[in-house]
Amino acid sequence: MPGPEIIAGIKNKLPGFNPLALSGDYPDEIGIKVNNSDFKDVCFVLHKMLPSPVMMLFACDDRSNTGKFSIYCVFVNFRNHEWIVVNTDISQENPHFDSLAKNVYSASLFEREIWEMFGIEPEGNPDLRRLRLHDEVCPQGNYPLRKDFKKIQAGSLSDFRFNRVEGDGVFEVPVGPVHAGIIGPGHFRFSVAGEPIINLEIRLGFTHRGVEKLFENKPCFEAIRLAECVSGDSSFAHSLAFAQGAEKILKASVPEQALYLRAIFLELERMYNHVNDVGGIATDVGFSFPAAYASIIKEAILRLNDKLTGSRYLKRVNALGGVLTDIDQANKQMLLSALEKIRHDFSELVKILYSSVSFMDRVDTAGVLLKKTAENLGIVGLAARASGIPTDLRKYFPGVYKQAGFKMALQESGDVLARLRIRIFEFEESCRLIEEFAKKLIDGREIRINPELKEGSALGYVEGWRGPVLYWLKIDSAGLIQRCKVVDASFLNWQGLSYAVLGNIIPDFPLCNKSFDLSYSGNDL
Amino acid sequence: MIRILKNRILKGVVTRHIEPELSQEIESMGSELRSLIQKKFGRSLYIREVDTGSCSACESEIIAANNPIYDLQRFGINFVASPRHADALLVTGPVSKNMLIALKKTYEAMPEPKFVITAGDCALNSGLFKDSYYVEGDVKDILPVALHIPGCPPTPEVIIKTLLTFLE
Repeated sequence: MPGPEIIAGIKNKLPGFNPLALSGDYPDEIGIKVNNSDFKDVCFVLHKMLPSPVMMLFACDDRSNTGKFSIYCVFVNFRNHEWIVVNTDISQENPHFDSLAKNVYSASLFEREIWEMFGIEPEGNPDLRRLRLHDEVCPQGNYPLRKDFKKIQAGSLSDFRFNRVEGDGVFEVPVGPVHAGIIGPGHFRFSVAGEPIINLEIRLGFTHRGVEKLFENKPCFEAIRLAECVSGDSSFAHSLAFAQGAEKILKASVPEQALYLRAIFLELERMYNHVNDVGGIATDVGFSFPAAYASIIKEAILRLNDKLTGSRYLKRVNALGGVLTDIDQANKQMLLSALEKIRHDFSELVKILYSSVSFMDRVDTAGVLLKKTAENLGIVGLAARASGIPTDLRKYFPGVYKQAGFKMALQESGDVLARLRIRIFEFEESCRLIEEFAKKLIDGREIRINPELKEGSALGYVEGWRGPVLYWLKIDSAGLIQRCKVVDASFLNWQGLSYAVLGNIIPDFPLCNKSFDLSYSGNDL
Repeated sequence: MIRILKNRILKGVVTRHIEPELSQEIESMGSELRSLIQKKFGRSLYIREVDTGSCSACESEIIAANNPIYDLQRFGINFVASPRHADALLVTGPVSKNMLIALKKTYEAMPEPKFVITAGDCALNSGLFKDSYYVEGDVKDILPVALHIPGCPPTPEVIIKTLLTFLE
């Protein structure tokens, strides 16, 4: 039986609990099916016991098969290197479930999402405003992820209700959705008393394109191209998470060469984004030389990507069962020598930044996200590591990273400087990892197998440069996707930004924002 | 400061030489509109960028076109913060329903004469997002588009060459 200690742990807290079913199809995933009435309590116990934030919480429309909806809640157990997926059925008449959000804050955004996309009510959730279907253009009562949904039905429109701060001298500064820079759209509403920000409400969803619905009924071999377009700066991480989920279902064992190639490409993606953000932080304090210098390094990495794979953003590189592009001996030499130069330039960039007193003064203690807040919000990835939470999927689910001796970055202070330091550490670590992985490449080995179709459901996960990218997939026997739930690290981390800016002045907002550098399209889906 | 000077000298000039190239997309464009734009703007162009639902790869490449290597500004083309200052609107991505109002308002806020450029395959025909319930349509269904920059995403070189050829 899978995960006996987990079940024993739950029983210890919930006497009389009996799971309806347990599944252990995959060594890294435990499925626990529970009664509708136990769902909330089991999730709460797991949240406290592991401890883990709610990593995913989503619904699935199984009405055509079982006559019911089902909801899934995913936790991560770092100690045992496994994921725990709790699920329960929900009747299709008046669908609802007990809200987790009052006890487990990290569930609240997911519950709002389930409500707007499926019309399943999380009973007791105090905030059911919609995230992506804006009230101004999409009438209530449209639930796009239900299987019988075809297109948006007309109805009455309404306005979005912002949380307001009222009192003497408090005023609001609305920003967006179209921003001053070359960047995605989002609306930020600052409530300010004097200079400091006392509340920031972030309204997103402007780039909602219905990605999860588009995945449905697509053949899984083709759908990987859609995964690449979910968030353009993480296209490799997204395609990899998708591929890993699908490969688990198809029981495909990826060739060793492909595992190393994937790790190299994933680290290259991390590098160009990290250096981009280091430059972005310099731009946002008006320090233009290092900003320009960083953009030269970023361009060097993008060109390296182009030479290795034919795509600057590593699109059309991944496939189910492996990768489409090999790195041969000549390209390996080119990669290593380019890397050496990039590493040298980066160390110069870091020295320039660290030796500027005025720069350090701006980033130090700006935009602090406290560890306690980060834990409560369920902040993940880079931002969590900067606030002292040791979380990195590359450490706990190492795979090829194990032999390379992966070292996790960790900072305590949670400010812009901490997030900058995490990036600098990870950039240098990525350089080293790529060199390690490149040693393992052997010319002429198989880079891809052709998996056979199978049905099932599984979780794919990758530590992208922002944090974990999670894909939960359900594929039918014809290889068509029945449900694909995507969670980018941005989804949870946007809330972190709205807490980190409190007490800072509005002119420091771009700096705080860049230090998180979250995806609009990855959040809006 | 010494370090900045040292690196400035060691790096030297990184900017690449780029020349306009005639491509088919541009040739097939309405010649009347083109001559009007050339007459009005010459080779000085101020652009306001709007993302209506792109995956942000296009944004990344547009930013790259402004870096020291491609240095779009040397050709007199600048990206501006406000539509009030802009001659052209550069749109990326399929048009999400949520962005329809913002896109129209941005266009309306621009002073005449003005025109619209699209960048990236999604902006041309909504790409992979064509059949989505939440995509309003292509940019050309909503605003008059004078120029398209092809690619997924278009590289900085393609962006610059297409713009220059258009203005040549």
